[in-house]
Amino acid sequence: MSVRLPLTGLREEPATTNMLPPERIARVTGYGMRSSAEGYLYRPTSVAEIQSIFTTAKAADRQVTLRGAGRSYGDANIGGECLVIDICRMNRIFSWDPTTGLIDCEGGVTIENLWRHTIEDGFWPPVVSGTMYPTLSGALAMNIHGKNNFRVGTLGEQVVEMDVVFPTGELRTLTPQDEIFYGVISGAGLLGAIVRVKLRMKKVDTGDIKVLAISPRNWDEQFAIFEQYEPNADYMVSWVDCFGRGEEAGRGQFHGAWYRHDRTDYSSSLRPEHQDLPDTILGFFPKSVVWRFLKLLNHRPGMHFINWAKDRAGLKLGNYKEHPQSLVGFSFLLDYVPNWRNAYLPGGFIQYQTFVPKEHAKRVFARQIEMQQEAKLESFLGVLKRHRPDKFLFSHAVDGYSLALDFKVTKRNWKRMEALCHRMNDLVLEAGGRFYMAKDSTLRPADLRAYMGAEAMAKYRKWKSEVDPDGLLTHDLARRLDLA
Amino acid sequence: MYGYRHAIVVGASSGIGQELVRLLAADGTRVAAVARRADRLHALAEQCKGQVIPVVHDATNFDEVPALFQNVAKDLGGLDLIIYAAGVMPEVGAHEFSFDKDREMIEVNLLGAIAWLNQAAVRFENTNSGTIVGIGSVAGDRGRSGQPVYNTSKAALTTYLEALRNRLCKKGVRVVTIKPGPTATEMTAHLAMKGMMDPAKTAEIILQKSQKTGEHYVKFTHRIAFAIIRSIPSWMFRKLSI
Repeated sequence: MSVRLPLTGLREEPATTNMLPPERIARVTGYGMRSSAEGYLYRPTSVAEIQSIFTTAKAADRQVTLRGAGRSYGDANIGGECLVIDICRMNRIFSWDPTTGLIDCEGGVTIENLWRHTIEDGFWPPVVSGTMYPTLSGALAMNIHGKNNFRVGTLGEQVVEMDVVFPTGELRTLTPQDEIFYGVISGAGLLGAIVRVKLRMKKVDTGDIKVLAISPRNWDEQFAIFEQYEPNADYMVSWVDCFGRGEEAGRGQFHGAWYRHDRTDYSSSLRPEHQDLPDTILGFFPKSVVWRFLKLLNHRPGMHFINWAKDRAGLKLGNYKEHPQSLVGFSFLLDYVPNWRNAYLPGGFIQYQTFVPKEHAKRVFARQIEMQQEAKLESFLGVLKRHRPDKFLFSHAVDGYSLALDFKVTKRNWKRMEALCHRMNDLVLEAGGRFYMAKDSTLRPADLRAYMGAEAMAKYRKWKSEVDPDGLLTHDLARRLDLA
Repeated sequence: MYGYRHAIVVGASSGIGQELVRLLAADGTRVAAVARRADRLHALAEQCKGQVIPVVHDATNFDEVPALFQNVAKDLGGLDLIIYAAGVMPEVGAHEFSFDKDREMIEVNLLGAIAWLNQAAVRFENTNSGTIVGIGSVAGDRGRSGQPVYNTSKAALTTYLEALRNRLCKKGVRVVTIKPGPTATEMTAHLAMKGMMDPAKTAEIILQKSQKTGEHYVKFTHRIAFAIIRSIPSWMFRKLSI
């Protein structure tokens, strides 16, 4: 008879005999490939299977991590030694009604599945992320936003109703009239598994969008351009060169985009094949190998050069020019170069995105970039977006702006990187800003409590104890932040 | 220094195993120390505050290994290293053929290793990572008259580990065989040999060698000496008193 002794003392406990199938063990990683964990991977195809997994976990005295397509950058979709429920196989579309724009589907349906199913009827997902591969379950758990957040809000605001399986096994239909609806959406998969979603799609007249490119020279111009186009643009996003300094600190390239309302456009732009991203660059160079070239340049001097070259090209060739672009081409930049993340191996990367009220955004983001330059840890990519607040529990959005940054991680730089992020967190908190769990790798429990506030934390704890009394749902981010 | 976050050491209550636990804990690794003697494990856990989970287990209780392995990995929060260091070498007379002693050696030195390391192999093969270390011995290099079954158990362990290595190398799993020479532990106390290695030093070398898949002697001189010993023809070996 074996006994496992606790860390301190000699209290003897018999080993549990509820074994999990050993072959289910797998290493799962976050999208940034810096965080990974080993868990017992299950890919259910039905609600009953999910309920059964919760029962199995409880019997084996283990916790459960919910995972969609694994597109959260950090550790929100991995759970060490947990049963990991990957919902990707629950991907049936139950119904689609082009007269109302309502689509009813399982939670494992991806954004790609959505647009491919509806675009020929002239509909497009109302909110999309920078990649088309997240599942609806994952996207709603994180309450994703798009480049149109300032205009239409988050994906959660487009949901008409949804079915949720709670860890108790209860299956409940939630609508925006239910208070906990606003906790499950944005709740990072800590309250329940979203297994069915009814969503309102966006009507579009054509599959192309009108895009205007402008090359701001500094932070003042960046924010002035956003303010100028905010009243009428459908989408706004700006790339920021994080190596720009002095008078050109904050330089980059702004893209505003507008739906085309041309009902006489009988082109084939609404066909999926028109939307498909090309396999080659300039018609001959295979995109599948581009990441290998990126890897050669994926260091400070190389990225300094690429950012500079991109800025010069935008300024000289594209400044104040309009061009049509397919909805897919404009929306899913992260899918444009296959396997681009491999360029960051072996250490991977973290994304750091903070949301700051508009009154302080320019000052905070300018200082964040300066701090990176002082630490010689510049982000290789900076993306500025405009946001509006929402009423979801773990909301990241504010009436202001966000700056998303990609930091390359190595064994040598991690401690300095983490310290830099903590210093930048302090700036954000002082300015009344917020953070985004889908992008987080460095938050501390005190940071979370500070931006969430006592009332929201108490509400979360109350809901958690009601729908997950055994504390089954967790992940490495939740453990790091004392959320589960 | 060694880069391990979660480790299991089987045979941790004395000798090389105990030193391995101390070194790993000092390096920040969370270690499950597996052995029979609870009092020794308790003392070890006290010394390595917060880093060591004591697990009382008899390596010959093979049936309980699968569940125990899973639970220990869970308690650790993961697993990236397993070291099987349990071993026995009872005193065997020059004309003694005791099946009880022989069985104990095969069960502890070989079957216990297979029971634990098979579990690790399944896990690491599925996670494409991990390090498996087996403590063989230079004694397994030849069949010597003094310890027939101890030699057998270590030779078989070495062959088993080589086979594991060949299975798992394509999956990114390191399988490391370490062949220490005589080391001053409780197991070898009855040998009364001079010049035996210090177990702490041996443990340090084992962790260094664990960074590279393959078969390693602890000392370079052992590597040379046993290359020669292995090449001695059998007819000549029987006439020598090695």
